[in-house]
Amino acid sequence: MRVTVNITRRPEISDPQGTTVKRALRDLGYSSVDDVRIDRTIHLEVEGDDPEAVRETVSDMCRRLLANPVLEDFEVVLG
Amino acid sequence: MRIAVVVFPGTNCERDTVRALTMLGAEAELVWHRETDLEGFHGVVLPGGFAHGDYLRTGAVARFSPVMTEVMRMAAAGAPVLGICNGFQILCEAGLLPGALIPNRDLAFICRHVEVEVTDTSTVLTATAIPGQRMRLPLNSYEGNWVDPSKTGRIVARYVDDPNGSQGRAAAVANEAGNVVGIMPHPERAMEALLGSEDGRVLLEGFTSSLASVP
Repeated sequence: MRVTVNITRRPEISDPQGTTVKRALRDLGYSSVDDVRIDRTIHLEVEGDDPEAVRETVSDMCRRLLANPVLEDFEVVLG
Repeated sequence: MRIAVVVFPGTNCERDTVRALTMLGAEAELVWHRETDLEGFHGVVLPGGFAHGDYLRTGAVARFSPVMTEVMRMAAAGAPVLGICNGFQILCEAGLLPGALIPNRDLAFICRHVEVEVTDTSTVLTATAIPGQRMRLPLNSYEGNWVDPSKTGRIVARYVDDPNGSQGRAAAVANEAGNVVGIMPHPERAMEALLGSEDGRVLLEGFTSSLASVP
């Protein structure tokens, strides 16, 4: 089963990369850009037919390794 | 007094660290990250580098190396545990220190001497320093910007200026007990005046002297 994990840094944690890209977009004339956040997407192929079991396994992976609970939230998307 | 200096794939400061600790009279030995028994060691140093390529996040994969179970056991038992640069990042990922290290505010790899000021002398790294003591140490990192949303971290030394955006200008952070410390600049590279600074000595002396007080 294909699983996508979106990992996002919490809004209160600064994103220097996003800030730099925002500045560059504004320099290019895109003055409508108010904020840029650059986050991480991880694609996995996971064995299993039970969507909820797969979701739980991948959530566990996120809590233990894929996301840093100090800074980041995660979202598991099946399919 | 034996100190384990842990080598992960990608660690690159282990020999400087062993040399510095040896200069101070300690018995420092390299230990591969797959080691599962640190019995007989009185303290541990996680040196700088790019453990496991720093893939995913700095320290994220390294914290699951087999040796870390022993590092956690020793930390819980009160043994001195020091993380320098990448080692600091690993200790945060492992939950042995609060917070996390994110890219420097200006997205630049910083490689220069910085001035830091000791703010807390009741830790294994600062045991022989004087409160307010200033030292010049080499900083060599891209992800040295410490953030601690919990605001529970104990800042042991601060940058005098603000090179990387680190919360509270933290250059070094300790756990509550003071036996686990992470420092972003490199004391092991500041051991000889000939190489620009010998201010790192007092910190590593603090660390080696703390070994003696552990039961």
